[in-house]
Amino acid sequence: MQAESLGFIFINAAIVNNFVLAYFLGICPVLGVSGKLNTALPMGLATMLVMLISSLCAFAINIILSNFDIEFLRLIAFIAVIASAVQLVEMSMKKFSPNLFRALGIFLPLITTNCAILGLALFQTAKEYDFLQSLFYSLGAGTGFTLAIVLMAGLREKLDLVDVPSVSRGAAMSLMLAGILSLSFMGFTGLGVTY
Amino acid sequence: MTSRNKDAQITMDDFLVGIWRENPVFVMLLGMCPVLAVTNSVVNSLAMGLATTFVLLGSSTLVSLLRNFIPKEVRIATYIIIIATFVTVVDYVIQAISLDLYNALGAFIQLIVVNCIILGRAESYASKNSMLKTFINSLGMGLGFCIALLCLGAVRELLGAGSLLGHPIFGPGFEPWVIMILPPGGFFVLGCWLLLFSWFKQSREHKNQHKTTAEVANHAG
Repeated sequence: MQAESLGFIFINAAIVNNFVLAYFLGICPVLGVSGKLNTALPMGLATMLVMLISSLCAFAINIILSNFDIEFLRLIAFIAVIASAVQLVEMSMKKFSPNLFRALGIFLPLITTNCAILGLALFQTAKEYDFLQSLFYSLGAGTGFTLAIVLMAGLREKLDLVDVPSVSRGAAMSLMLAGILSLSFMGFTGLGVTY
Repeated sequence: MTSRNKDAQITMDDFLVGIWRENPVFVMLLGMCPVLAVTNSVVNSLAMGLATTFVLLGSSTLVSLLRNFIPKEVRIATYIIIIATFVTVVDYVIQAISLDLYNALGAFIQLIVVNCIILGRAESYASKNSMLKTFINSLGMGLGFCIALLCLGAVRELLGAGSLLGHPIFGPGFEPWVIMILPPGGFFVLGCWLLLFSWFKQSREHKNQHKTTAEVANHAG
């Protein structure tokens, strides 16, 4: 595990094992917010910020918990940290860009229950990454999430104008779209190691 | 008094609503992440479904018991901690029962914590209804979730590996569609199920419309 270089970790988390398209983490916001391009990008960036904060906190928590031998509390501690990080992002967004705050609506507090973030914290624990590796892993995962949500939003904006049978409108078509995206991301598999 | 009276009536509907009319996966589109991620075989789907049902039952019953003691301001945090406790229990139980299964499901057992179905039930149902009613409703929801997972798992295992529950079905001549057990297959199969349901719903609405126009015509005649 120690042999993985930082660049490799970044590319792996962002593209090869994209959190959304290969691990199915954070599907709900991707389907929910990807209707418009100009809300998708801020959503991706906000999620990335929360990922960064919570991943670094998770790293610290791990050290503390394993010092006291109380690892069974890990899940509860992670969730508490993520919820506070989301609160932080929410408050700063409300102050600095109220318009965006309104546009994202309920999906902003729902970042807490975005599995990509808890998943990131759990994966980095399972892979025993050190501080720098965790940092790059979370940056990569955030980039991958933003990439996926922006791609989806762009495609869905185009698809709104297309004449399709009314049965397939809505969630079914978004899922098919995600499937095709996921298929194309599989083309990057040769770049790294799949687990 | 009225709410007490309403609480007292427990109908079959409380149970069935989660299985069909408000199926968490096919109708409400909640908790998609585990639905797509672990359904590459029937065994995994079943284990995930049962684990989620257990957490759902435990947490919503407890929330409903404590609903008068939890202050409104910190309710979400309280719910999450209750859910996380049950998930930790499930996590250790599965690890004790079968290590293979635990490795196959990976982090997704721990990710039950952030499954929107469970938090949604706690917030929208358990915090307002009596314990027994909540229990029955959650049981229905859990079963609905299990059924949805099995629907996906069965199709994906059948097409992707040519087997069901590990037993080969199609014989040696069958060339498995490997794509079905890979990530894109999950999206495609769920998309097809949703298409089927929306087609079903549309054709029924169409029929109802026909019926009403026919009745109106009869009355007029």
